[in-house]
Amino acid sequence: MFKVIEKEMIVPNLYLLTVQAPDIAEQIQAGQFIILRSHDDAERIPLSVADWNREEGTLTMIFMVVGDSTSRIAGLNVEDFVPTVVGPLGKPTETKKFGTVICIGGCYGIGSIFPVIRALNEKGNKVITILEARSNFLLYWEDKLKSYSEKIIIITRDGSSGQKGHIKRLSKILQEKAIKPDRIFVNGCTFLLSKTSLELSHFKVPIIVSLNPIMIDGTGMCGVCRVTVDGSTKFACVDGPDFDGRVVDWEELLKRRKQYLNEEAVLVHHSGCGR
Amino acid sequence: MGKLDLNRREMPKQPSHIRRRNFNEVALGYTPELAIAEAQRCLQCKKPICIDGCPVEIDIPGFIKCIADGDFAGSIRILKDKNCLPAVCGRVCPQEEQCEELCILNKKGAPVAIGRLERFAAYWETTQDKIEMPEIAPSTGNKVAIIGSGPAGITVAGDLIKLGHEVTMYEALHEPGGVLVYGIPEFRLPKAVVRRELSYIQKLGVKLITNFVVGKTKSVDQLLKKYDVIFIGTGAGLPWFMEIPGENLNGAYSANEYLTRMNLMKGFQFPRSSTPIKKHKNVAVIGGGNVAMDCARTALRLGADNSYIIYRRSEKELPARLEEYENAVEEGVIFHFLTLPIKLIGDENGWLKEIECLRMKLGELDSSGRRRPIPIKGSEFIMPMDAYIVAIGNSPNPIIPETTSGLEIGRRGNIVTDENGKTSKDRVWAGGDIVTGAATVILAMGAGRKAALSMHEYLSK
Repeated sequence: MFKVIEKEMIVPNLYLLTVQAPDIAEQIQAGQFIILRSHDDAERIPLSVADWNREEGTLTMIFMVVGDSTSRIAGLNVEDFVPTVVGPLGKPTETKKFGTVICIGGCYGIGSIFPVIRALNEKGNKVITILEARSNFLLYWEDKLKSYSEKIIIITRDGSSGQKGHIKRLSKILQEKAIKPDRIFVNGCTFLLSKTSLELSHFKVPIIVSLNPIMIDGTGMCGVCRVTVDGSTKFACVDGPDFDGRVVDWEELLKRRKQYLNEEAVLVHHSGCGR
Repeated sequence: MGKLDLNRREMPKQPSHIRRRNFNEVALGYTPELAIAEAQRCLQCKKPICIDGCPVEIDIPGFIKCIADGDFAGSIRILKDKNCLPAVCGRVCPQEEQCEELCILNKKGAPVAIGRLERFAAYWETTQDKIEMPEIAPSTGNKVAIIGSGPAGITVAGDLIKLGHEVTMYEALHEPGGVLVYGIPEFRLPKAVVRRELSYIQKLGVKLITNFVVGKTKSVDQLLKKYDVIFIGTGAGLPWFMEIPGENLNGAYSANEYLTRMNLMKGFQFPRSSTPIKKHKNVAVIGGGNVAMDCARTALRLGADNSYIIYRRSEKELPARLEEYENAVEEGVIFHFLTLPIKLIGDENGWLKEIECLRMKLGELDSSGRRRPIPIKGSEFIMPMDAYIVAIGNSPNPIIPETTSGLEIGRRGNIVTDENGKTSKDRVWAGGDIVTGAATVILAMGAGRKAALSMHEYLSK
């Protein structure tokens, strides 16, 4: 059993959860994820890890409530115990000295890209951090990210903070500021990952995206997380979660992520009384 | 001694038209009367060759004699001396090609139903208030880690704890049991049975740590600092696909995914348990082994209109146990022999719609000793299908091979060992599917038995 140390809604619909998991905290590296099960009858949900404390043995995740399982996680309280936290899963993000790197985070990815930024900064890269959100009230952790970044650029769709626009504008912003990346890292929803991979492909550098497909065991056993990369099938849990977004089959991945939408609706309807 | 009794007692089963729509166990087990009658058929051979067919060398005539005499406690004691999973083995061992094949009465076509008797003895024990515990040797102070809590690991754990070693078993999933829990369905092996056998192992003193992925949470090299010896029994955990176009369409699964959703995650209780499993109308399962049968029969129980098995060879080459094949046929699974899927066709939303197949014929014998299937040119045809489940096997899980130093790995990603399960790495043994590739529960247990002996020998030096 794993104890919940902290839980808070950091911006509307995005939650921060810190759990005690000393074995994992000791091993984890940037880019890895865990699988969490909030209750005995709950699904196994993969969550990117946004921070950790090796001394205290804790892991911090930031996640969006999208359906039944994530709302049950969000419903946990400090001092509660969850039956499963397993990891660190997946391969760590490759973080050596590349030169200038762009790190883009949106939604929960603003949190989960933090360890990547920190590691890249520690390896001596010039880190340009880009945060993308619908509006300024959906931004968080700016100070935390700032301390490891050369520069932070904020893009909001309504212009309430930073530059107005969508990720589509990013290419132009980078051009204006004469930023030429040697590598690009993106964390966030599949839509953001796919759009960024398209918009920034002209830089002709790897665009490392952290994929988030449906998973069950997270150790290569079930294969539900399979994704086509550069024409061949990969398992995101053991071969990833990082891949070069320029060669990911996004259309397939977006469709695969929708497999259980109907069932999700059933669950949301069913939950509540007696649970 | 009287005339040979060739009346092999049938084991009661749920009628096929009822069981095809429920998840309860298919076989109901012998009554004490049936068990005694069946046990009395055993000739009690002076040189029992049935034992040669048992990978864990159970004293077969011994436990059967006890049943024949009505001494059920004695029979389970003998069984557990060599086998810590009698309730599991009585159900899922392919006895027809092991002990029962060698039974003298098999020459007359009616071998003693050894598996059913084993199952009976194990069941009888569960009806007792007190479970007899075996003798445990005084503590040796040696520390043993077992990685993977499937049949191989459980056997090593059971053997070494009885010899006085301190045993800790690590499991990556949230429930122990390995393939017994995530793979084999409830209707063939009730999870309550597995849990009972695992609680016995824990009562013997084995420590169990779940939610721990060795190779990720800690490496084998790290564990070696804490333990004297390690056994790796992590199984065949990486599913194969056919590598044909369309396999990533929605509605296409590996058998592992389909069965894990169903068994480990209790998809059949959805939405009471949160992991969904789709109720498909037309389901095609690719492959001809026990796992394929399990998937096709699971699909029927989830309410499929049609559940097909597509197998590239003929009925004669089916690798599944005859009993499971017959059960599947009785329940209404439709078999397409000599058929090979070549392409999956989807709709605009990425859902499987049709499968294109090719007819095959059998040619010369191949290296496996079976006739090679050869495609018949121009025989392509299309079947409407909304689910496709690949059950053609697994390769060994790569996590430990990738993260352990100095471990010799074979061409297929398997761990290489000698005949005693010793790997190339100091103080590390391995056994079961991670060494052999996907095989049976009992073969994994046999490998565990050999490794345990070799580990004990090493520790006793």
